[in-house]
Amino acid sequence: MIYILQNYWRALLYSDGYHMTGIAMTLWLLVVSCAIGFCLALPLAIARNSENPFIWGPVWLYGFIFRGTPLYVQLLLIYTGVYGLHFVHNTPVLAGFFRSAINCTLFSFALNTGAYTTEIFYGAIRDTSHGEVEAGRAFGMSRFTLYRRVIIPSALRRALPMYSNEVILMLHATTLAFTATVPDILKVANDAYTATYAPFDAFGLAALIYLCISFSLILLFRKAERHFLAHLAS
Amino acid sequence: MFNLGGYGPHILAGAATTVELSLLSLAVSFILGLIGASAKLSKNRAARFAATVYTTLIRGVPDLVLMLLIFYSLQIWINDITDWLNSLQNSFDFEFTLDPFTSGVVTLGFIYGAYFTETFRGAFLAVPKGQLEAGRALGMRPSLVFRRILFPQMMRYALPGLGNNWQVILKATALVSIIGLSDVVFAAQQAGEATLNTFFYLCIAGAVYLVLTVISNGVLLLLERKYMIGVRKAVL
Repeated sequence: MIYILQNYWRALLYSDGYHMTGIAMTLWLLVVSCAIGFCLALPLAIARNSENPFIWGPVWLYGFIFRGTPLYVQLLLIYTGVYGLHFVHNTPVLAGFFRSAINCTLFSFALNTGAYTTEIFYGAIRDTSHGEVEAGRAFGMSRFTLYRRVIIPSALRRALPMYSNEVILMLHATTLAFTATVPDILKVANDAYTATYAPFDAFGLAALIYLCISFSLILLFRKAERHFLAHLAS
Repeated sequence: MFNLGGYGPHILAGAATTVELSLLSLAVSFILGLIGASAKLSKNRAARFAATVYTTLIRGVPDLVLMLLIFYSLQIWINDITDWLNSLQNSFDFEFTLDPFTSGVVTLGFIYGAYFTETFRGAFLAVPKGQLEAGRALGMRPSLVFRRILFPQMMRYALPGLGNNWQVILKATALVSIIGLSDVVFAAQQAGEATLNTFFYLCIAGAVYLVLTVISNGVLLLLERKYMIGVRKAVL
């Protein structure tokens, strides 16, 4: 344990001297994929609530596919599968993008969390109380203003508990990045394991770090809930 | 029909392994969940504490980390135990090698047992206390109260959560290919590497998961209908 800490503390925290690794990498993966997923999910959730089957149909299909298959399969597909396709291989822009492990990882993570987040926001938007919407209409708000001022702020607040769950699950999902050779916490732990053959120490240390990050995220979200959901507290 | 360039049977066998692994892990985590929920709701302080530690630790740590931790450590622990047994009695020669399938079942069951504990805890609490007291008043033993009264009613509340957990387990079995089990993902990867058409075979693997999801949704609907017998639904 001491040996691992002495030799790998820097790699576990932020860098192995050349690249960003460890906790910094894990958090970077988490923040970027959740940010892209969020931006993707908001318009898709609104589209999912549309009455036109040609609009909600594709969004439903996207959710069905990405929530029905394991993230590991999606990551493999994007990391090893897409690059093998001829047209990707022969288009310099695409080839450059899909050759990088971190790009592929972020891409698949963002698509995956986007699908789950869409479903969460979809439910929250659908459950907006009709009184709020009618009040907005009575004020003469246009559809855009109605969404911007009434529906989305209210829906995002109510979605916060579910969304915090999704972010924690995403933190756990970032461990898959190590299978694509991205140097996150688990990759460093795995390197420590192959160097020392002490699996309990190496992976136990990683587990502890993940536990700490999970708890910090839970605390952060609890604070946010207390702030944003204050009007709903009984 | 399922030839797929000669790799159809291989992938089908992988899919069978995936289903087998998920069902066995479901059984293990179901039982662990029942035990954990009973411990969480028991009057015994030590049991409550142990169950709380179990659920918080397991749910705070990524499943892949736990899987690697348990998979690699379990064999070492087993070796230590067998070494110790052998040193005790020289005439014996114990040896036990953990295959990826067993350790997959054990680890997945252990991890998702924590999630089932939370599901069952909520469901146990949702059953009205009077029902249990009525059972006791009729002279039923606790085990009979559990079997005839608590379990059937609790399942109704637990089913949506159970369905979710099942889908998560099904998808988590894909991780077991990382520790070397030849499940459907592993088979698809092998086929892809051999034919240089990884994209196609991984899509097939994804399709297998989609089919399994659809089937389990159907089964869940049937189960829900079974456990909803005798419950009046409000007409909206």
